[in-house]
Amino acid sequence: MIKALVAATALAVSLPIMAFAECAEVTQGDITLSGAWSRATVGADRPAVFYVTIRNDGSSDDHLTGITTPVAAMPMLHETVIQDGAARMPHADRIVIPAGDTVSLAPGSYHGMLMELSSALDEGSSFPMTLQFEKAGPIEIKTDVLPIRAREAACAAP
Amino acid sequence: MLKNIRIILWVAVAVSLIGMAALLWRQDDPEQTAAFRPHFALPDEAGTIHRTEDFRGKHVLVFFGFTNCPDICPTTMAEVAQVMDDLGPQAEDVQPIFISVDPERDRESGLNAYLAAFHPSILGLAGDAQSTEAAIDSFKVFGDREADASAPGGYTMSHSSSLYLIGPEGDWLGQFTYGTPADDITAELKERL
Ligand SMILES: [Cu+2]
Repeated sequence: MIKALVAATALAVSLPIMAFAECAEVTQGDITLSGAWSRATVGADRPAVFYVTIRNDGSSDDHLTGITTPVAAMPMLHETVIQDGAARMPHADRIVIPAGDTVSLAPGSYHGMLMELSSALDEGSSFPMTLQFEKAGPIEIKTDVLPIRAREAACAAP
Repeated sequence: MLKNIRIILWVAVAVSLIGMAALLWRQDDPEQTAAFRPHFALPDEAGTIHRTEDFRGKHVLVFFGFTNCPDICPTTMAEVAQVMDDLGPQAEDVQPIFISVDPERDRESGLNAYLAAFHPSILGLAGDAQSTEAAIDSFKVFGDREADASAPGGYTMSHSSSLYLIGPEGDWLGQFTYGTPADDITAELKERL
């Protein structure tokens, strides 16, 4: 009983800290990446996903043109498009990151589709992802593998 | 004393009658317009056929998807899992069903293991081409194969992205469009249960 109480108190104290942990950022040139995450997969046969937030602090637009990662042989940028209730996900070959703006790869929108995984993505692990920008060049960010039920990054925007 | 109790009881009866009338009136309205009863008869991974009418008495949440879909399908299943957790004991009266629009591939890759990772209550159904198309047509939804050289296997699926709510009599009660927060779905279900 007391043990449970202590555990509950510890959890209650630590939960807000966990919830408000700031997302790790990587900056190169005018582009800052943060909150990179993916979902754990069941096996390696199905494609995994990649989400991230991209901020452009510059005064001119930049473009995201591709992604590469050691965990997938065929990573690709997609955009989920819902039209008249039907969802499709066409290839997005050049995603504009407008000057002074933030673009998110997020559920129901742009995403990295990681096809031909080399192995399953396990919850709690992480992998590197390199994003290729026309102006800022290649930028690598550590991507956290969240539970398969995750719906958003496990950190708050700084 | 007895008289007081009797008055209180009559007041209680009156209040509950008004409540019931309000409830009936509210339920009648959508049901009259929605005498639409979509149907499916599809096997689970073990081959047992499940039909719409098997779920009479329950509220059924139906999603049409495919497991090679990395974005909106897992996001929706994550919302459904949250709803089932948040419903607590009332989750017994709700059956979430995932109907594969890519049944051949989903059977091969293991529908149950995939869905169980979200929530053990989610029932996965994957028929043959004909029964899948019949379900899609009956629900008046969409699930189509699109050639895509860059996709695994050379094709991808475009599919309806909403969650459909079927009532305990089998009537179509409405849909939750993609992105409806789990809390809203839970609230709507709790109001109906
Ligand atoms: Cu995709």
